[in-house]
Amino acid sequence: MKQMAFTYQPNLLSESVTMENQTEVAEMKKDSPIIEIKNLNVKTSEGKILKDINLKIPKNKIVVLLGPSGCGKTTLLKSLNRLTDLYKELKVSGQIIIDGQDIMKAGQNLAVMRQKMGLLSQRPFPLPASIYKNVAYGLKLKGIRSKKLISHSVETNLKRVGLWNEVKDRLKSPVTSLSIGQQQRLCLARGLAVKPAIILADEPTSALDPISTKIIENLFKELKQHYTIILVTHVLRQALRLADHVVFMYYGEIIEQGHPDEILKNPKTAILKKYLVDGN
Amino acid sequence: MNRLKLIEEWIFKIISFIAAYSVVLILLYLLIVVFKKGISALSWEIVFSMPEGGYYFGGGGGILNAIVGSFYLSIGATVLAVIIGLPAALFINVQLIRLKRTQNTIRFFLDALWGIPSIVYGAFGFAAMLFLGLNASLLAGIITVALLITPILVRAFDEVLKTIPVELQEASFSLGSTRTETALKVLFKQGFAGFITALLLAFGRGIGDAASVLFTAGFTDNIPVTFDEPVATLPLSIFFQLSSPIEEVRQRAYAAAIVLTVIILIISVSARLLSKRYSKNSIK
Repeated sequence: MKQMAFTYQPNLLSESVTMENQTEVAEMKKDSPIIEIKNLNVKTSEGKILKDINLKIPKNKIVVLLGPSGCGKTTLLKSLNRLTDLYKELKVSGQIIIDGQDIMKAGQNLAVMRQKMGLLSQRPFPLPASIYKNVAYGLKLKGIRSKKLISHSVETNLKRVGLWNEVKDRLKSPVTSLSIGQQQRLCLARGLAVKPAIILADEPTSALDPISTKIIENLFKELKQHYTIILVTHVLRQALRLADHVVFMYYGEIIEQGHPDEILKNPKTAILKKYLVDGN
Repeated sequence: MNRLKLIEEWIFKIISFIAAYSVVLILLYLLIVVFKKGISALSWEIVFSMPEGGYYFGGGGGILNAIVGSFYLSIGATVLAVIIGLPAALFINVQLIRLKRTQNTIRFFLDALWGIPSIVYGAFGFAAMLFLGLNASLLAGIITVALLITPILVRAFDEVLKTIPVELQEASFSLGSTRTETALKVLFKQGFAGFITALLLAFGRGIGDAASVLFTAGFTDNIPVTFDEPVATLPLSIFFQLSSPIEEVRQRAYAAAIVLTVIILIISVSARLLSKRYSKNSIK
């Protein structure tokens, strides 16, 4: 792989990205994704999970998919990086346009497409390796062999998720030595290391304690400067705290969407009003 | 009502207590019988020397040929079974992840193969040898025992892989892995501890089986040097000694049984220890 002649070292505190090579900056801007979902349907033999989803996801924002359990939020999220392919029972149709490319078309390089999107699951799923190797994994897949580059990326990304000071002396230790909250931050660092443009987060704080939850939420607020974050949650307060745009789903359909203040404080539909009161 | 529940609880507790301890007691009784009958005949000579002429008629020497032969045969068969079994198990769990029905059909056939008595494998191995023009030899024994333990190994590997959460595969895919990379770099590592256990259990099954090697491996007083020479195995050595009319030889059969039992015991304990050692990186 061609060595890139720029330093990409986002300093989240000063919110600056240092880049020596301006063409790379232009390249990145050009590549900034705006996801457009057109007529997305996902069904199983038992019925439709997603019904005619049409959605535009603005870049560098936190978009929250909100709704009761089983409303299709996770399925929508997994459709975006085609993890739905792993389940034969799911029949997916429609268009998902990322970077002007319909990722639903046959013949896509799924590996490259998926590296544009970091995934954070409900529970952390670190790889069965050391802390260091977890962050390095995606880089090696990208063909990066330089130990110096890899070590630099491991350090940078662990610092970004606030884990470096906690683990710098035991990078070779197994990930099982970390707490669940630390593991989730490690998974985030692992995803960030491959330089995605989008972060897909599926209820990433549901298994975490309040302190770890706060750390992840604060990270998201910082990360949105450079990434588009799609966050699935059914915690209303979390949606209010984080969202720039809320998409309320119910039984596979988008019922309402808009700015959180707009739709969560003044819901228009009876379904959302009921959800805001009862939680289902 | 409460009293009824208490009685029900009590009865169930007693039944499970009896069931659990009877299994342990039967095993202990079996070990005691074998040790009691064989310990007097067990000596360094039996374990570490080759049989002298007329060993099975009360002559001197030992069963080193059968011990080494058993290891040769089982190691060969296990290596062959792993070469076939590991990719097969990974294929079922990674490439066929979307095809649940195909997965289940393959599992059904493997379970059926697992249930086939080993003498049938022996007969099949014998027929295959005739077809291939092979003599009763180490190679023929290895192939037959590999046929016997491959379904066991594939299903054991498969069960290990089935316990790995699909989200771990999703995590690997979303980092940009292909299916092959996911299989080799994530699933293999996560399942490694379980694979070691499965491998040693299959090895234990291979080393202890007599019927599959009865027609295929032959028997010899020597340790084979090439694959086309016959090979002695511990189970057959025990069988021949037990069939002897001479009391002393029958006692030696129990001594050989102690050796076989101890080997299998060591393998089982190693399986546990190794799987513990290699599970430090596995995600719980």
